[in-house]
Amino acid sequence: METLPRVGLESIQLRRLQHLVTRVYKKVEPYRRKMEAVGVRPEDIKSLADLAKLPFTIKDDLRDNYPFGLFAVPLEEVVRVHASSGTTGKPTVVGYTAKDIETWAGVMARALCCAGATKGDMIHNAYGYGLFTGGLGAHYGIEKLGATAIPVSGGNSKRQINIMKDFGPTVLLSTPSYALNLADAMDSMKIDPKSLSLRVGIFGAEPWSESMREEVERKLNLKATDIYGLSEVMGPGVAQECLMTDRGMHICEDHFLPEIIDPDTGAVLPPGEKGELVFTTLTKEAFPIIRYRTKDISRLIYEPCECGRTLVRMEKVTGRTDDMLIIRGVNVFPSQVEHVLVGIEGVEPHYLIVVEREGNLDTMQVQVEVSEGIFSDEIRVLENLSKHIQKEIKDLLGVTCKVKLVEPKTIQRSEGKAQRVIDKRKI
Amino acid sequence: MLVEQIAVFLENKSGRLAEITAILAENSINIRALSVADTADFGILRLIVDKVEMAKSVLRENGFTVGKTLVVAVEVEDKTGGLARVLKCIKDAGINVEYMYAFVNKTGENAVLIFRFEKMDEAIATLQKEGFTILSREQICSL
Repeated sequence: METLPRVGLESIQLRRLQHLVTRVYKKVEPYRRKMEAVGVRPEDIKSLADLAKLPFTIKDDLRDNYPFGLFAVPLEEVVRVHASSGTTGKPTVVGYTAKDIETWAGVMARALCCAGATKGDMIHNAYGYGLFTGGLGAHYGIEKLGATAIPVSGGNSKRQINIMKDFGPTVLLSTPSYALNLADAMDSMKIDPKSLSLRVGIFGAEPWSESMREEVERKLNLKATDIYGLSEVMGPGVAQECLMTDRGMHICEDHFLPEIIDPDTGAVLPPGEKGELVFTTLTKEAFPIIRYRTKDISRLIYEPCECGRTLVRMEKVTGRTDDMLIIRGVNVFPSQVEHVLVGIEGVEPHYLIVVEREGNLDTMQVQVEVSEGIFSDEIRVLENLSKHIQKEIKDLLGVTCKVKLVEPKTIQRSEGKAQRVIDKRKI
Repeated sequence: MLVEQIAVFLENKSGRLAEITAILAENSINIRALSVADTADFGILRLIVDKVEMAKSVLRENGFTVGKTLVVAVEVEDKTGGLARVLKCIKDAGINVEYMYAFVNKTGENAVLIFRFEKMDEAIATLQKEGFTILSREQICSL
């Protein structure tokens, strides 16, 4: 399936899409109403391009139909639910049939293979287990692959490192920010990552930059790969980087159909353009979703990959349409600030952006921890460092910010997704 | 010839200095001299203590960023013009002072000047040539 010629793949996609739309139209009232509102019927889907005729689904649709309103099977068919944390409102709930769990384990096992993992690997799974899809999603993939799972979940870094030391896992699964957190903990426990057996890391669930990749690789002495997934579509395993390229993750296109749209107009963009990633599930039973707007910014790469997979690649997510900050009219992504910081010798990628409004003017403060690598007993040296960071940010982003040097470990470390921005503006 | 000084990064938050001195006290570390350099946002506490390595590690364990720098301690008579004579000799040699602070020893006869120069070796050579007394770490701690 992963190396199928594209023509064959597309005919499978079309057949599955038609089946999905018909089923959803019949079984899920909110979808039917939305389709009726724009005058589309299932039989109008004659080609993959006709997908664009269907209405988008957004997070609010999930909230409006909380908890089970978008399920396409009776609840007795549902063997598991997952839910988002609900930090920005009502949580969103998704469900899986037994077959969905099987599909998910399959795509996750593919992702692991794609990153070079085999049956012989022991896999340290530090994604959180629970309502979050990360832990259990990855777990079932590990077992499907036949590798050994260490279901360590998130938190308690010291114990995690002792496990790494004693059990000798070869593959690490976590969020990239937690990976750095583990590196910090290793450092304070005086454990050399070279003495561990880690070979490859599969990091995802939050946007991270290329420079952060280098940092993680250097500090943990492993090859860092990127994984993509979101609970609304499935969970981890939607797309995964192979070992041949660090440009893009192969999407399991036989299960998830991607599009790139202009986030402002909703128009589908031509192949290769950058925009908002949209997914339609092709095989899910319990919680199918049509044209879900992920808010993640990426682009699709159709050029053949050296690894032989014909599956389209999605470029590393460079930001989100909703964590994009507009500061004095300039678009700022936290990942760009991170890119600047990691590029400066000795600066730790733990940072916090605080945005405020003074009068009518937006101000951006970037808090940076003073590590021993950059500390000096001379005021001048530290002030020059602040100025240097300020200038680099100004050069890259075109925004003047204030740099505040803070004591180490004062910026909250994530045990899951890192919080990088505090926006105090009341707009 | 050189004296080890530890420097600690401080955010401008209330109670940080009190915390540091409490940590040092708990570990029976004696402060011989100190100075605080500050800007609007942060400060740098510079300390000369009797147990340098221990001070460094206990502060580090408590989450502070700690650095170690070498400084020069010059002893002069506690009389008018004492400091001026040292600074003149440094100025004449064309050497910049990065920072300095001073304290008077217990007997009250002599003052100790702590310097960080731009060119440390050159500064020491100049001071020695001019006959100034440069103190070792042991001498400072026994004052």
